[in-house]
Amino acid sequence: MIMSDIAIISENLGKKFQIGALQQYETLRDRVAAAFRPRAGGSRPKDAEVIWALKDVNFKIKQGEVVGVIGRNGAGKSTLLKILSKITEPTVGRVELHGRVGSLLEVGTGFHQELTGRENVFLNGAILGMRREEIKRRFDEIVAFSEVERFIDTPVKHYSSGMYMRLAFAVAAFMEPEILLVDEVLAVGDAQFQKKCLGKMGEVATQGRTILFVSHNMSAVRSLCGRTILLDSGSIAFEGSTIQAIDQYLTDNQEKNSYNFALGNIPRTGHFGSKLRINQIRFNGGSGVWHGQPMEVDIDFECLADVEEVSFGVGFCTRSGVRILSFDSDVPGDRRNFARGEAGNASFSLPVLHLEPDTYNLDIGSRSGDNFGLDYLPQCGCVLVQPSGATPPVIAMRESGRGGIRIPTEWRYQTVKGNSASSAK
Amino acid sequence: MTKTERGIPYKPPVTIIEPKKGWIPIDFRELAQYRELLFFLTWRDILIRYKQTALGVLWAVIQPLVSMVIFSVVFGRFGKLPSEGVPYPVFSFTALLPWNLFASALTRATASVVGSSNMVKKIYFPRMLIPISSTLSPLVDFAISLAVLFGLMAYYRMPFGWGLWLLPLLMLITLFVALGVGFWLAALNVKYRDVGHAIPFLVQAWMYASPVAYAISLIPPRWLPLYSLNPMVVVINGFRWAILGTALLPRNTILLSLATGLVILVSGAFYFRRMEKTFSDVV
Repeated sequence: MIMSDIAIISENLGKKFQIGALQQYETLRDRVAAAFRPRAGGSRPKDAEVIWALKDVNFKIKQGEVVGVIGRNGAGKSTLLKILSKITEPTVGRVELHGRVGSLLEVGTGFHQELTGRENVFLNGAILGMRREEIKRRFDEIVAFSEVERFIDTPVKHYSSGMYMRLAFAVAAFMEPEILLVDEVLAVGDAQFQKKCLGKMGEVATQGRTILFVSHNMSAVRSLCGRTILLDSGSIAFEGSTIQAIDQYLTDNQEKNSYNFALGNIPRTGHFGSKLRINQIRFNGGSGVWHGQPMEVDIDFECLADVEEVSFGVGFCTRSGVRILSFDSDVPGDRRNFARGEAGNASFSLPVLHLEPDTYNLDIGSRSGDNFGLDYLPQCGCVLVQPSGATPPVIAMRESGRGGIRIPTEWRYQTVKGNSASSAK
Repeated sequence: MTKTERGIPYKPPVTIIEPKKGWIPIDFRELAQYRELLFFLTWRDILIRYKQTALGVLWAVIQPLVSMVIFSVVFGRFGKLPSEGVPYPVFSFTALLPWNLFASALTRATASVVGSSNMVKKIYFPRMLIPISSTLSPLVDFAISLAVLFGLMAYYRMPFGWGLWLLPLLMLITLFVALGVGFWLAALNVKYRDVGHAIPFLVQAWMYASPVAYAISLIPPRWLPLYSLNPMVVVINGFRWAILGTALLPRNTILLSLATGLVILVSGAFYFRRMEKTFSDVV
């Protein structure tokens, strides 16, 4: 690798936090009190009180690469991003960034409720490092992208949350850094706008820009990132192909070949899981899933707020991330209301499962009547569909990685006896 | 190698991130690069200051006028304080101009970093811009009060002397002192929220330690050197001298006062720089 091709080099990067000092501020009183408290041999804070949010992190990213960073909550993703974007300082190590850096840990940073959309665009643009001329020149494009033209001179406190997020993202979408550091910001707005943002990101990615993309949304990572870094407890657990990284992330999160997934503690993006939370999903009571056999799926959920017209959905994706089979509870128009504090179970059964033997990634979600996403767990686990007596032997023996739907069909044949004399002509 | 549109080889800027130890120099070049952001932050402060108020900018007129009336009644009428041969209302208003600028710049700067915690945690920009912009935003109020002062002077038929040209310089000194103290307190406030509670008392005590309501002539001469360690003494004295033509302090006293101001500014800036790397983790 030639040096000039490199966009980001991280060497032995580490960040130490003192537990207790974290998220807490001292008051002078504590300080004074501590000064008079007898200390055991004047010892410094014990090692047990120190955690390394990030440790020995080494990687190189070439110019134009789009690299994903995934990992559980507390794995150090955000800390890494904060160090790279100069928000916080590393305790040890060194990072070199070649190019103008733009970071997006949140959309709408600095937005003020009392200011109009127009005023916020300028303010936010400046905070993101855009020049005033640049914002002026692209102002119309930004507003058009945000789809809030009519309200651009209204204070943003009158905006719906969707409009607010759209405007905020639109400003960010027009940043033109050479290195873009992005965190979870796509978890905003409705599904359609999310798609538009992903499209814009993809566009950016093809313009030769270097992107580091931190997300819990495995399908977004899969569709954007050529390479992915998996962080675990502050260190790099895997670095390489996105598909492998996601596989490892998903399998690390569960026991091998499990059919009973605890989902309560899986990190959610944005508001997901705040009103209704899906806690568990079981396949055939946790025993297994077989091609050609019946399948029963049941979901445990709890409601943290009153929710109306709720529906659930479960989807199976191939390992390359393509959804090939979906089950939605509202297809027959059946939507339910639940009260805050209510918990329950939703289930459905299938006479025959037509997914051929392979490993599939699971998407699970829930929506309310206005199509507001209540909970969403994209690619939250993998299910191994096993062969059964109904599986054609040649399929049963095949290597995995080609999953698909296989529906048994009755074939009819019509043949005509050949006339060798005419066919030889 | 990346090239620009015109095909000229382009060398991207290199950012190096490493832990920094000890005292960190002030990066004036970076501050200059971010001047537009400084403008926008100040502009935001000014815009939101009077949004959703019924009287709006009128507050900038009402506040000093009310203080002036109170001072005139309590100190001028009841207390019969000498006012160096100038009508007491004008005498006190002249001091209230720089004082209010100082007090609100200082108060806003102190609260600024904690008040911008969301930005501090989510994006990088030179942290110094936060207290700097908070110090600049009260200038609008100052300008309005200045217009009121000129109105008062016209009402009392007082001459407009050439000393007025020195007002911008005095204003600058006020801002620098407020900024210096603001750097200290803004950084301390991140760590010890006690500062937020203490600031109203500090401002009040400081006002009585400055010749806002009374004349410097009331201070016994032997206390004058200690008294004029307060940089606001010289600023207020300067304002009265420039506008009302009252006596100027001895040169050595002025120099001492300015030196204190400079020490506060420089030490504040360095303390702020030293502490700013912890802001995003603590705030």
